[in-house]
Amino acid sequence: MRFYIRKLITFISTLVLVSVITFLVFQVLPGDPAQIILGVDADPQQIAALHEAMGLDRSAGERYLMWIKDTLSGDFGTSVRYHRPVADLLLERLPVTLSLALFSLGLTLIIGLPLGIYIARRDGKLSSLLLSLFTQLGVSVPSFWLAFILILLFSVTFKLFPTYGYTSWSTNPLGAIRSLFLPSLALAIPGFAVVIRYLRNTLLDQSRMDYVRTARSKGLHEKGIMYHHILRNGLIPVITIVGLLIADTLGGSIVVENVFALPGIGNLLVSSIGARDLPLVQTMVLYIAVIVVSINFIVDMLYKVIDPRIRLKR
Amino acid sequence: MAILKKKLALGISTLSLLAVIITGCGSNSTASNSVGNSANTTASNESNQTVQNSGEKVMAGGTVRVAMSTEPDNLDPYLSAATDTNSMMDNVFDGLFEAGENSDLVPAIASSYQVSEDGLTYTFTLKQGIKFHNGADLTSKDVYYSYAKLSGLNGQEPLSSKFSGIESIDTPDDYSVVIKLKEKNAAFLAANIIAIVPKDYEQQSEKPIGAGPYKFVEYKPGQELVLEKNENFYNKDHAPVIDKVEFKIMPDANASVLALQSGDIDMIPGISSQGVLQLGDGYTVISGPQNMVQLMALNNSVKPLNDVKVRQAINYAIDKDAIIQTVAEGNGTKLGSNMSPAMKMYYQEGLEDYYKTNVDKAKELLNEAGYPNGFDLTITVPSNYQFHVDTAQVIADQLKKAGINATIKQIEWSSWLEDVYNNAKYESTIVGLTGKLDPQEVLGRYETTYAKNFFKFSNADFDKLISEGKIEINEAKRADLYKQAQTLLTEQAAAVFIMDPNRTVAMKGNLKGFKMYPVQKYDFAEMYYTEQ
Repeated sequence: MRFYIRKLITFISTLVLVSVITFLVFQVLPGDPAQIILGVDADPQQIAALHEAMGLDRSAGERYLMWIKDTLSGDFGTSVRYHRPVADLLLERLPVTLSLALFSLGLTLIIGLPLGIYIARRDGKLSSLLLSLFTQLGVSVPSFWLAFILILLFSVTFKLFPTYGYTSWSTNPLGAIRSLFLPSLALAIPGFAVVIRYLRNTLLDQSRMDYVRTARSKGLHEKGIMYHHILRNGLIPVITIVGLLIADTLGGSIVVENVFALPGIGNLLVSSIGARDLPLVQTMVLYIAVIVVSINFIVDMLYKVIDPRIRLKR
Repeated sequence: MAILKKKLALGISTLSLLAVIITGCGSNSTASNSVGNSANTTASNESNQTVQNSGEKVMAGGTVRVAMSTEPDNLDPYLSAATDTNSMMDNVFDGLFEAGENSDLVPAIASSYQVSEDGLTYTFTLKQGIKFHNGADLTSKDVYYSYAKLSGLNGQEPLSSKFSGIESIDTPDDYSVVIKLKEKNAAFLAANIIAIVPKDYEQQSEKPIGAGPYKFVEYKPGQELVLEKNENFYNKDHAPVIDKVEFKIMPDANASVLALQSGDIDMIPGISSQGVLQLGDGYTVISGPQNMVQLMALNNSVKPLNDVKVRQAINYAIDKDAIIQTVAEGNGTKLGSNMSPAMKMYYQEGLEDYYKTNVDKAKELLNEAGYPNGFDLTITVPSNYQFHVDTAQVIADQLKKAGINATIKQIEWSSWLEDVYNNAKYESTIVGLTGKLDPQEVLGRYETTYAKNFFKFSNADFDKLISEGKIEINEAKRADLYKQAQTLLTEQAAAVFIMDPNRTVAMKGNLKGFKMYPVQKYDFAEMYYTEQ
């Protein structure tokens, strides 16, 4: 119980801290937000009108408290740029980012887990050496470059997948899968490369442990040792990594979403920062903070499921 | 020896691997940065290629998918300030006039107009039978509603300073509008390209309704803005052919080139030189001046730039052709004053080579001004505009030859707006000023009393020319005044006027009819597909 209370307190204090910092950063940024939103060519009258509409004539503290009050009552404000409720905008973008996260996570696990085990079992052989080389490449290659190569190969040359955009699940499920495949792959390749490397290392470490030797000396089947004993212990670091990957993609994969012009969270975050859309940025940063903190919490719980010896109280 | 070689080889390969990783990360961050900016036009340029129009068959209908790099800022034409948004929504809205190809005004909703002797009263006669997209008739009442909103005559804050000089609006009948100005203002006419909106309709930001050749269908933030043909468009000579226009929001420039190659989009309105090279043959590529003035602004109020001889020396030291060749890869038009040749009616020719590059002359002038050993100069550049940063680097190198020691200071765009544009706290800067349809708005920036005169240029003769131009109704006389003003800017070396970087549009090979205007405008009513 004490564990949960402590978690809750960190959760809330993280959110408050994050919101204060985002708000402060926006206050420190130079320039009149109204001027930045409208640009050099804007009419002075337009700038004055927007200045007033954004409530910039009030003090910063006053504006922050107002924002907190509204947020607590469930009103996330209206986007300066889109003139629509922030909550609507976020909810619209969420399915895209969610599907992308699930897809890339699926690919990461489907490819990463078996290959990681395979490499570990064939350690030292040529095939595992080659695979290690590829994972090294996968880890070092930036995802935007991967994205372009994938587009060039699968869209421009073979014309198998669309180069950009998102088809929603409700209009055309097959189209949705096609539009999400390349971006998920671009995200999954570095992801499973990391998973393979971690899994291989921990599996190899574990297989040198005493309990494995004992199991072997008891005459247990090699496969049984791998799947029942080693893998279970080897999964702990993998879960940490996967948790990080999920938090990353759920917070919006900025680069990949931009390259594929997917209307997801990352895409919205970039354009709203550029437009100095404070209400939108505030809410999005809060959302990302919530995601990161919750995923960490879930990962902690999973540790316990996998290895009951781990105590959560500490 | 052999071992040493091996070690060396290993070292080099690790180094190059590192380099790959580092550059990878580097470009990664720029890729996400470059997306952030909104309202301003970035310079882009490409090879001239004329459209052939040799007896090809025009195809009826079709859809054009356009890659837009930025999101619309507001669908309401009176609240939007972004050039990109305006060029999309211009297809939905028509004004009393529309911008013509030669910086002229083409009658649109108005069929004719008259100006009174004293230049204060404008009488517009409207075309009859025009309908808004919602089916309502367009009458003088709608013009009244639109202009009252813009000028603040409806009791609220005026939405545009161009219209705040209106004293009264009368509508004697359904098809005439009489506008009285508080004082003479020749620039008022060009302001009438602004959208006319249906009266008492307040949802323009959500579902815009105009009287233009295309109707608004939907806008999905982050995805697309869709327009469809207005079958009842009033101007049969300008009637749209293309059925549907879809503006796809594609923040990444490289991705849009790939999408054009794979056939997923049909048009990129602002493509880079590399992009065109990548496309290869089989595409329609149009390039021309975009009515932008890229200049090196010199703060006329700080020492030593307050001395005209020093400013002239800088002008002599800079080789604009070299900048155009290196930075714009040859795709720019050399300028001599603050006016682009895209403004055909007002452009003063022959100023481009007023200061023919001459380093000795520059040194001589510096000597006369009392700086025989040159001086230090800071060039402040907005870091998000690579084009201006590159220009600054070439210029710094050129100035060195004349003994001027220039250092480049890159700052964030918002700091640039605050320090340079709003407060004129700088020595020199490089920036592109987007052109307007009326010369007053272009040259008025140099008027002593102009609030954002960040050049700190102040010249009584110039001010006189501008204030005369403001009230001169005779077009030829007015053009002449602005031409004199341009000459004066050049003689006074108010700044170094560099070039108008070309705008390049790439389209599918059989998509034809794109026209360049002195304002950024994509006129889809003029476009069509030919049979392949």
